[in-house]
Amino acid sequence: MELLMAIVAGLLFTAAIYLILSRSLIKVVLGTGLLSHGAHLFILTMGGLGGSAPPVLADGAGDFADPLPQALILTAIVISFGVTAFILVLAYRTYAVHETDDLSLMKGNDEHD
Amino acid sequence: MEFVWLIFLPAVAALFVPSLFRRAAGIHTGWFVLAIPLVLFGYFSTYIPRVAGGEHAVSSFDWIPSLGISFVSYLDGLSLLFTLLITGIGSLVVLYSVFYLDRKKEKLGNFYVYLLLFMTAMLGVVQSDNVISLYLFWELTSISSFLLIGYWYTRDGSRFGALKSMMITVGGGLMMLGGFVLLGIMGDTYSIRELITRLPDYAGDPLFTLAAVLLLLGAFTKSAQFPFYIWLPDAMEAPTPVSAYLHSATMVKAGLYLVARFTPIFAGSSVWIWLVCGIGLLTLFWGSFFAVKQTDLKAILAFSTVSQLGLIMSLLGAGAIAYHTDDPLFRVAMFAAIFHLVNHAVFKGSLFMIAGIVDHETGTRDIRKLGGLMSIMPISFTVAFIGGLSMAGLPPFGGFLSKELFLESMVALKHFDLFSFGTWGVLFPVIAWIASVFTFVYSFYFVFHTFAGEKKADKLPLKPHEAPIGMLISPIILAVSVVAIFFIPNVVGSWLVAPAVAAAQPQLYSLPADAAIHVAAWHGPKSVPMWLTVGVIAIGTMLFTTMKSWRPVYALQPRNLSLNAFYDGLMSFSERGMNRLSRSFMNGIIRTYLIYMFAFLSVMTIVILFAKGAFELDMDSLSPVTLFAVLNAVVALLGAAMVILSKNRISAIIALGAVGYSVALFFVLFKAPDLALTQLVIETISVALFLLAFRHLPAMKTHGETKGNKLVNAIIAGAVGLSVTLVALSAHSNKLVASISQFYKDTVQTEAGGGNIVNVILVDYRGFDTLFEIAVLSIAGIAVLGMIKLRLAGKGSDDEKK
Repeated sequence: MELLMAIVAGLLFTAAIYLILSRSLIKVVLGTGLLSHGAHLFILTMGGLGGSAPPVLADGAGDFADPLPQALILTAIVISFGVTAFILVLAYRTYAVHETDDLSLMKGNDEHD
Repeated sequence: MEFVWLIFLPAVAALFVPSLFRRAAGIHTGWFVLAIPLVLFGYFSTYIPRVAGGEHAVSSFDWIPSLGISFVSYLDGLSLLFTLLITGIGSLVVLYSVFYLDRKKEKLGNFYVYLLLFMTAMLGVVQSDNVISLYLFWELTSISSFLLIGYWYTRDGSRFGALKSMMITVGGGLMMLGGFVLLGIMGDTYSIRELITRLPDYAGDPLFTLAAVLLLLGAFTKSAQFPFYIWLPDAMEAPTPVSAYLHSATMVKAGLYLVARFTPIFAGSSVWIWLVCGIGLLTLFWGSFFAVKQTDLKAILAFSTVSQLGLIMSLLGAGAIAYHTDDPLFRVAMFAAIFHLVNHAVFKGSLFMIAGIVDHETGTRDIRKLGGLMSIMPISFTVAFIGGLSMAGLPPFGGFLSKELFLESMVALKHFDLFSFGTWGVLFPVIAWIASVFTFVYSFYFVFHTFAGEKKADKLPLKPHEAPIGMLISPIILAVSVVAIFFIPNVVGSWLVAPAVAAAQPQLYSLPADAAIHVAAWHGPKSVPMWLTVGVIAIGTMLFTTMKSWRPVYALQPRNLSLNAFYDGLMSFSERGMNRLSRSFMNGIIRTYLIYMFAFLSVMTIVILFAKGAFELDMDSLSPVTLFAVLNAVVALLGAAMVILSKNRISAIIALGAVGYSVALFFVLFKAPDLALTQLVIETISVALFLLAFRHLPAMKTHGETKGNKLVNAIIAGAVGLSVTLVALSAHSNKLVASISQFYKDTVQTEAGGGNIVNVILVDYRGFDTLFEIAVLSIAGIAVLGMIKLRLAGKGSDDEKK
């Protein structure tokens, strides 16, 4: 299972990086969304996918899934949500001010060197 | 008395100069400053008898004892001689500057602060026994010289000259620091005296020659040797008292001092002897040859300084030969070097002051406009005549004696039969003789083209007249010394020069008296140098009278084939080249930078994983594959592909949502209920956010992305994905220590009183993470609000206005 999940995480990363390298601002924002999904699966995979019960103490359950990666991912999900919301609004404002979403046009000029 | 503190006396006095300049505006600030070099000169003069008797005085103050760095003032013959030159000529220069610089027009507060700083730096250089503090003072001379050259900072020439001298001398100084550190490591001490006594321990070290070369780079740049002399002519933009003091008598001799001081250590190295001797002689010839080309009085003197410094340098090299042979011929060389050093400081100081006087009283330094000033400025002419003829090496002036000794040493060089001197040694006296002829020519050129010939008073900006007496005092004192040295050479020799020679060659002489050489003006008809001098006078006179006919030879040199052109080219090339280099990879487009980062990260990760054998796949530890997970993976990947391929915004957002929900399903499958819950909620809100912003977001466009671009993107993205997969697999397969999670599982009930392990970790075991995650969310919220609400367009942000 880890083999499969590692490949899935890798492919999500591939898709995310491909989007981030494109010229369109909106694609970059979408790419960061995919990137965080890939990263969460990556953490989960590295920790191992074993365990037959969720990490909640309940009668009879002994073989818990590893709780630490889950805690880390939970934190990461919330933070990536905050960041996604932020860059989404940033993209909106950038577009509103510069009236373009072409990243290759968004660069400094010589006066700002 | 701890006289090491006296080094700092001028710098401390400099602190009071600005307030004196402002408060005592009625009196020229220079009068107050004059007291300092005079006091120092008087004090250090009292050491002459002791030092001439072979003693030395040491005074030290620990600066950083743990690193072995201290201020040590070590007075032996060599440092005492330099100290007296610095303070003595310093006093005369300050006196001269009182009359040269106008009290009302000039910023005297600045001038004397820089000058006093320089005096401290110079005293520190010559008295320091610790190489690190020596380096400190060395760079302080570069800095104060920079400030003094750029004193008239509103002129372009001053700024250019100051920058050029700074670049070259500081560059050389850094090389020298390298040499010092190498010496410190090899000899295990920073003290020069210790280094000399420990010499046998490290003389064979492979780094020894490197240290010698680095040290010489420092000395050559400071002493304006070939090819580093180019800063000196440009430094003539400084006020004339500065040129007289720094750029003829003291600072440029710091390099000579360094060579003399380190001769006991490096004299055994043939590289040292060849470099010092050869470069010195080349500089001597080059400087004297090009001095005749100049038309500016100070430029002639600058090239003549270069040339004379080369002369002394070559003598120092010949002095190092004395270590390799018992022939007494070579013992003359070091004596000649020090003797000429004294002579040069005296006559060159006076000549610079005369050039300043001429400039001051006629308004120009261009020798083509000058002429016939002899009758108008008789005193200046007399001083110039004495200084000029001493420079040319004629009797009855001091320069004659040291020139004789110089020719004698150079003739002796062809008898030296080591380091293949036998083959090339004969070149030395020949070049030295030719250079002497040119020296003769430019000395006469300087004196007679300025003061003799027809009067051109109508061409001059000012009506020429003799300088005020105050301005003439210093050059007169120097000129009198020039004559005095000729008549009492042995007094100077035994009290000042011989102790310095003994200090520069401590292994050869135990007492200064042994180093003294009887200097006589008349060596009898059999003396080779005398006949050489006669030849110099004959040929020199001939060349001088026919100057008009052969001077066009200088026009043959193409403008862009000079060292200055090379320096300018190097400067603009490095500036423009660096600019072009950084522009070539810093193109301002974010995609380029991301490509650098991702390419670097993925390549490094993959290469290191395999090169270091870190990749490992442990098939046994894998958990079983389930059908649901495979199906879910397919959904997630399809969603991701949809995001890439979709042509409009709405389908891309929905596809992204699909990926998010399938990730939530993964969390369900992998026994992570809290994650699944959070992921579902967050994904829903995210999609809602995207849809909320939908109307304001730009349409999906490719912006003319080419196939090539896309291919590069795909390759880089694939490499990153591959590295992520490989890292995930090897991380999973290489579990070297057991997870800490067992502790959480065991204690979650007993210690924390909870059942949900993930939640207990979040709020109990690792509550700080959660605290700051809350902070992140709040900051993101505030930032979003700020970005939407605040509009600063009208309040000065340039970008928003455009």
